[in-house]
Amino acid sequence: MLSEKLTFDYSIPKTLLIKLSGDWQISAGLLSVNEVTSQLTTHPDIAQINFSVSQGLKWDSGLIAFLLKLIRECGQKNIHVAREGLPQEAQKLLALALKVDEKDIPPKDARESFLERSGEKALQISESLAAGLDFLGDIAVSLGRLITGKSYFRWDDFMLIVQRCGVDTLLLVSLISLLVGMILAFVGSIQLKMFGAQIFISDIVGIAMVRVLSAVMTGIIMSGRIGASFAAELGMMQTNEEIDALKTLGVSPVEFLVIPRVLALVIMMPVLTIYADLMGILGGFVISAGMLHLNPVEYLNHTQHAVKLSYVWVGLIHSLVFGVIVAVSGCLRGIKCERSAAGVGIATTSAVVTGITGIVIATALITFICQILGV
Amino acid sequence: MDSVIATVIEVRDLDLGYDDYAVMRNLSFSVNKGDIFIVMGVNGCGKSTLLKSLIGLRAPTRGKVLYSGKSFWDEDEAGQQNIMRRFGVLYQGGALWSSLTVGENVALPLQLYTKLSCQQIQEVVALKLSLVGLEGYGDFFPSGISGGMRKRASLARAIALDPDIIFFDEPSSGLDPINARKLDDLILELRDGLGATVVVVTHELASIFAVGNNSVFLDVESKTMIATGDPKSLLANSKDPRVIQFLTRGPDSKELKR
Repeated sequence: MLSEKLTFDYSIPKTLLIKLSGDWQISAGLLSVNEVTSQLTTHPDIAQINFSVSQGLKWDSGLIAFLLKLIRECGQKNIHVAREGLPQEAQKLLALALKVDEKDIPPKDARESFLERSGEKALQISESLAAGLDFLGDIAVSLGRLITGKSYFRWDDFMLIVQRCGVDTLLLVSLISLLVGMILAFVGSIQLKMFGAQIFISDIVGIAMVRVLSAVMTGIIMSGRIGASFAAELGMMQTNEEIDALKTLGVSPVEFLVIPRVLALVIMMPVLTIYADLMGILGGFVISAGMLHLNPVEYLNHTQHAVKLSYVWVGLIHSLVFGVIVAVSGCLRGIKCERSAAGVGIATTSAVVTGITGIVIATALITFICQILGV
Repeated sequence: MDSVIATVIEVRDLDLGYDDYAVMRNLSFSVNKGDIFIVMGVNGCGKSTLLKSLIGLRAPTRGKVLYSGKSFWDEDEAGQQNIMRRFGVLYQGGALWSSLTVGENVALPLQLYTKLSCQQIQEVVALKLSLVGLEGYGDFFPSGISGGMRKRASLARAIALDPDIIFFDEPSSGLDPINARKLDDLILELRDGLGATVVVVTHELASIFAVGNNSVFLDVESKTMIATGDPKSLLANSKDPRVIQFLTRGPDSKELKR
């Protein structure tokens, strides 16, 4: 293969004549520059390289890539590469490729070592925590301005978002909480059947759904549906300079875009959670009465006794906290979004991840606090 | 009309940059009332960064931007907002708020900063939309109209509060020659009609000569301004090969020397 494409001629002193022939197209594969540089090491007196071209030479940018690398290598060794023997078109392309753009390149994206990158990641975490707190502060200030009537609030937008958070997610919330209630009933019955205590399924379903599960399931649904859409929406607005347009008008993006979203979600989360409670209990009831042959009236009575009002409050506190977490993480990621399509994607994903992680951490914290308080 | 030429924007020793990377250094120029001031230069030279510093979106690394004598970046937030209220900005992509209709987009600044009733606001909105040739389009959403119409709608929003200064970021980008020409005419008419001062960031030669009466030329290599003045007289009198090359769409001067 080598002999087909490259032949070396040393007839002129201190000069290497390279004869190019054969197929030099990209589809035929690229030849390594080492073929030539090895010749140069065996003949260290070479000071110039000339080219000649055979009749049947077929070439495209495959040849140019090879020559470019050769010229760069020879440049380092102070060997002159005379391009006159090359085809006219190839000479032009080489000249174009070798033309130096004199602009200095911004110092960016230098390869970093593993340690540097992990250190940077660690710093990013603390930075994003600080950014989150900063954002929460902004929201608090804007809420204060809203309450004192100093800020501008668009009721139309707010009602639309309420509709999106509430009515539009109702079907999904119904389905998921109904199924979770059913699953709980099934799983509970496996153990309780052994003791003949199947009626306590009502306790398991009622307490689990009302205290924590409905809120958690609703929170996760909201994070995937609403949190992600907030992030994508605000991210697109950032990309389209819509947020800049607000700023130059002297309108705070937090007041205009974030507050209605946070309020809508914080209002709708508890409502949806109560609804999910009922659907979950209904799911358990359907399975217990329909498949496990429990007395329906007795089941409902048991549920009523087992679920205390304080459990409902605990569930509602969960849902309020989740509402804040999902709305804030969605809006924060959206507003801090990078101005590109990829940026919007990253913002959306990270809104959901932050939302769900936040929900789980908050659940653990609230459960722990309730344990200490004895609620 | 006052006979004394008033300086509306004065830029003094301005440095722009991102973190450690300098984009532009030592910019000093002034824009007079009624000017159509062009900020020109090749791609990536820092025109948009300069615009961001002028409209209050990015603090410069050094120097001052004075609006009628008040230094924008030294003011507190309330002071900055007072100055920004005198601006209208036409963003490159229009940047209409996508969740609002065209009419609501134009109405929002009026709702925020005037005490007009709903009915009166509607009348002003209709006027502004008809000024840019979009009467009857108030109920359309930005996604439902063409790119050229979006730009004009955005211009209607920019002039909603009769601003003293209108900034245009690459107004002709994405427009066909006919619509680009219409927008140029609109810029001239609005300048005369509203008595506004106009700052245009562009590299569109036709636009530059059609509307500009003053300019600053930013050079990407030396990272500073290398010329200022009326674009037409720059073309006629400038000795700088970079300016001539840009204004004549000429070949690379360094290539010619080789």
